[in-house]
Amino acid sequence: MSRLRSPVNADDHIRGDPRGIEIVEYGDFECPACGEAAAVVDALLYEVGDDICFVYRHFPLSNVHPHALMAAEASEAGAALGDFWAMHDRLFANQDRLEVEDLQAYADDAGLDADEVGRLLARRAFVGRVRDDVRSGARSGVNGTPTFFIDGLRYDGPMTVAALVDRAARRRIP
Amino acid sequence: MGAHSGVIRGRASVLVFYPADWSPVCGDELALFDEVLPDIQAAGADVVGISVDGRWCHRAYAEHRKLRFPLLADFEPKGALARAYGVYRASDGTSERALFVIDGDGVIRWSFLSPIDVSPGVDGVFDALERLEPRVGAAP
Repeated sequence: MSRLRSPVNADDHIRGDPRGIEIVEYGDFECPACGEAAAVVDALLYEVGDDICFVYRHFPLSNVHPHALMAAEASEAGAALGDFWAMHDRLFANQDRLEVEDLQAYADDAGLDADEVGRLLARRAFVGRVRDDVRSGARSGVNGTPTFFIDGLRYDGPMTVAALVDRAARRRIP
Repeated sequence: MGAHSGVIRGRASVLVFYPADWSPVCGDELALFDEVLPDIQAAGADVVGISVDGRWCHRAYAEHRKLRFPLLADFEPKGALARAYGVYRASDGTSERALFVIDGDGVIRWSFLSPIDVSPGVDGVFDALERLEPRVGAAP
């Protein structure tokens, strides 16, 4: 069973309650399966968000998804300017429009400084940050996208809200 | 065996046996190896993908998926290399989904057989490369 080798830390993007059941996703903004999973995670957080600590890490597969790396960098630019999740949500909602001007438009829509996002992207300010996530995922047994770890163990089960709620509930049994 | 032509003597190799070009799981698996290829190379190894597809199929596939490591055609005699490694799948006429880490002396140091429909990931490969002596540039 593959285990998360890189524990959740202060550099991570976290949604929900940090004390909750830890769900770490390694995802790719241009991957259709990740887009579907994002909707499931949204529903999960809506239903049991108080019990979930959701963490998103990057795993762009650049040779399959040519826009994925830059989109990941744009989300990091969003984080630097104060709102990772606003970019995360807009990127997954617009997976087929991820050119640089699109990324800047999503930043603008999120109330972020689109010009600054453009400058940060142009100098590839966050490519190292994204690659660090890819490395930690590779070492942890990420075998495609999306890959989820629940409480540190790779979760290979179905990506449905019911299955995740069930898995989370079983975790709480001492 | 001529099938070893993709492997550089003296340097570790990662052999990635997969059932077929163009199949969905294989696409994920090879894309993953391509993504982390620089880290595997930094750990002192080269990567070779191997299936029973012919060279022209491999060429089209590698170009389409922009793969940066070579694909070896285990095509004639079909599956000879897979049989030599014990990973031929006679019922399907393909190889299993299997990984081998071979050291610079040609000794198999680690292997892994994955369920045919599950991409194995690369964590076992990195762990195996770290255990090779001498330790070279292991990724963090």
